[in-house]
Amino acid sequence: MDLLAYTIIAGIMYGIFFGLVGVGLNIIFGVMRMINLAHGDFIMLGAFLAFWLFRLFGINPLLVIPIATAVFFLIGFPLYYAFAPRLSKSSDPEMLSFILFFGLSQVIEAVIILAFGNNQRSIPSTVFGTSPFSIWGQSFPKAWLATILVAFAAFIIIYWYFRHTRLGYATRAIMSNREEALISGIDIDRVSAIAFCLGLVFASVAGIFSYFMIGAAYPSMGPDLTTVSFAIIVLGSLGSPLGTIIGGLLYGVAIMFMQTYFSSWANILPYILLIAIMLLKPEGLFGKAARSA
Amino acid sequence: MLSKYYSSLGAIFVIILIFVTLPFVYNNQSFLFNMMMYLALAEGLNIIYGFTGYLPFGYVGFFGAGAYGASIVIMFLRISPFLAVLAGGIVAVIIGIILFPLLRLSGAYFAIANLAASQALYYLVANPHLQKVTQGPYGIDLSSVYNANASYYLMLGVLVFSMLLVLYMRKTDFGLSLLAIKEDRVTASLAGINIVKTRSIAWMLSAFVAGLCGAVFAWFTAVFYPSTVFNLNVSVFTIVFVLFGGMGTIVGPLLGTLILYSMYNFIGISTPEYFQLFYGLLIMILVLFLPNGIVSILQNWRIDVP
Repeated sequence: MDLLAYTIIAGIMYGIFFGLVGVGLNIIFGVMRMINLAHGDFIMLGAFLAFWLFRLFGINPLLVIPIATAVFFLIGFPLYYAFAPRLSKSSDPEMLSFILFFGLSQVIEAVIILAFGNNQRSIPSTVFGTSPFSIWGQSFPKAWLATILVAFAAFIIIYWYFRHTRLGYATRAIMSNREEALISGIDIDRVSAIAFCLGLVFASVAGIFSYFMIGAAYPSMGPDLTTVSFAIIVLGSLGSPLGTIIGGLLYGVAIMFMQTYFSSWANILPYILLIAIMLLKPEGLFGKAARSA
Repeated sequence: MLSKYYSSLGAIFVIILIFVTLPFVYNNQSFLFNMMMYLALAEGLNIIYGFTGYLPFGYVGFFGAGAYGASIVIMFLRISPFLAVLAGGIVAVIIGIILFPLLRLSGAYFAIANLAASQALYYLVANPHLQKVTQGPYGIDLSSVYNANASYYLMLGVLVFSMLLVLYMRKTDFGLSLLAIKEDRVTASLAGINIVKTRSIAWMLSAFVAGLCGAVFAWFTAVFYPSTVFNLNVSVFTIVFVLFGGMGTIVGPLLGTLILYSMYNFIGISTPEYFQLFYGLLIMILVLFLPNGIVSILQNWRIDVP
């Protein structure tokens, strides 16, 4: 019984974190209709940023968040303008962007390996205090609590951005109909570029806290995280950022159960889940149709 | 009557000549084998990507299925490797049939689902619980039937077969109907093309070629692990070769593979630490500036490319 309780509670906490892992990918997909195959690599970049700031200056992961926000806006803007306008004019933006982002993922991984070597890095979870906290008699490290609070803060910010700011309105307009948004005078490129940067920022924030939830960071961790993120956003619903939370929760609980009771089959779960959902209910468990097939 | 085949058959003849004579001049058999393997994979991927627009990101799944299918048949039934290679191809086709429902998905959804399928297959094969059948993560050992020369020429056979397939598709109504579906599904079906049947056949042919490649690779390599034959790089290299050359033609994937694979090897030997960076950048530049491959440059000069 104790094991079951632990599995469920840990699964929910895992799930909240995985919602954060996937949400950036979903924002970018919603706005640009492109799958950022380098998503996992931006998570890795966030993790490495946090590691070096912690190692060199002893900066707490919580304080890395504003730094990461600035850094990824600086990276995101030029990146967006370097390829997006050109791609959207090409014959098949969806497929070509898919391959392009794959290339980007390789470049990021290669640059990190060249700069820092192909090593595992980690931040001790004791940065948030050594005493555990407990929920319903199950105890968990404090770092988990910090991660979950950050994830909640991120979801609240996303909700506020989409529902209560002009930029958020414009972003939602583009998500629902690109042409009509253009006709009503929205600067599509600028709004999309900001959404793209936001997607990268949330990915990097997930990376900063990845040490406490999924273990050490290493340069080639990206592709697997991208697949997991994609499974999560398809589970939630494509193109609806807050639907990601539900996808994350389902995934978190499912993976915890697999790891506890059928550990040798746990690796295969995200892939099977992904295929099953795409074939059976491609609009996601709770979403409207977002797919044009 | 045959004249419309001349230039294509010429290209195929040149390829045969190259790979029959080169071993006498250049004794790196493994490089030549891999080159042929990627040429065949590129033509196989061309069948589905070039003619239907479905991007099989998990193409390596068929490759791995072929390798494991052939190996298991050799280990348990002790039949001749030639027959086992055919069995490997058939196993890949069976996997392709299981994955038929994926063809309902379009664009990037198909690509991701196919990628997930190949990874699922990898974890299935590498699962320690299946050790009695697949040896799990500990790999396959076929050294008792190892025969470098026989497997080399068998690979050449597979390559010729794949080129003939693409030639057939270029010159017949079958290929034309696939291209029609790629351009406009609705119009194609109005013109009387059975969309589901046509693309399913292309999908199985493409899987068959990859399965044969995997099976011959297993025989040639003799000792390998699940991570060797389910390595995502096999998919990606092949896609990049096809893109670089120009899809939907016979010569495009050949040119792309010959140029890029040689270049990859050169960089891989001279400066391996920059390999990944170089190849990532190349993909990005290719997509942005040359999305239709080098064949499109030739076509701009009004050269007819088979």
